[in-house]
Amino acid sequence: MPLGALIFYLLAALTIGSAMVVVFSRNIVYSAFSLLGTFMGVAGLYALLAADFVAVIQILVYVGGILVLIIFAVMLTHRIEDVAVSNRSVGRLPAAIVIGAVGALMGTGIMTARWALNPNPQAEPTTYGIGDAFLGQYILPFELASVVLLVVLIGAIVVSRKEIRGEAGS
Amino acid sequence: MNAALLEIGLRHFLLVSLVVFVLGLYCVLTRKNAIGILMGVELILNSANINYIAFSHFSSGRYDGQIFAVFVIMLAAAEAVIGLAIVLGIYQNFATIDVEATDSLQG
Repeated sequence: MPLGALIFYLLAALTIGSAMVVVFSRNIVYSAFSLLGTFMGVAGLYALLAADFVAVIQILVYVGGILVLIIFAVMLTHRIEDVAVSNRSVGRLPAAIVIGAVGALMGTGIMTARWALNPNPQAEPTTYGIGDAFLGQYILPFELASVVLLVVLIGAIVVSRKEIRGEAGS
Repeated sequence: MNAALLEIGLRHFLLVSLVVFVLGLYCVLTRKNAIGILMGVELILNSANINYIAFSHFSSGRYDGQIFAVFVIMLAAAEAVIGLAIVLGIYQNFATIDVEATDSLQG
């Protein structure tokens, strides 16, 4: 078995297995920690696709930021006594039908479409090109992104601080 | 083994992305816990990013897909921050994060 295929299947198994634990675990703490496996597996898939910069960003932002935030939120809202039912699910059958239909449709599309493929994809360092594109062609979305992040920063403080919200409401 | 299984191409990555997307959609549809729903959204965004990077590598060979993936990661972080702040606000008001118990706006 070639090394690339072996790595791909290992990463795919890590990603999908952890995602299944996230979705099907009855304890939300296990779900939160399984997200780590999913994010790391996806970062590995990015690295396998020669997207080194995005793989590092994935680890920094998702694992270092979003995952820590989610675990904090779980611990701040989670009551220890109802640990067994903290992650109940409802409507399994209709949801299963919906995702079965969506999955079958998209799977058929993926397998039958004739994708316009590059005959020999190159693996080369991407950071220089991405930085160049961010400050060239994509300068406007890049600046808008910083405005969005500032708005999110202020918005999160306003939403979560009680005393600020009370003054605004009075 | 089958040659189609060993030659890793675009379709393999798209199928992994499809499975993650379907799992995330199932999570969003069935969870009653608001944080569980946010985890499902994160799974869906990750699957979309796998698609972007896969097409960027196999199809165009340019950086556009990777740049969109970086923007998606940035917006996912923003969405997680605001979503979790709202969840904590709900928890302060309702003492629960069960999305079926928070029905104050229901007509």
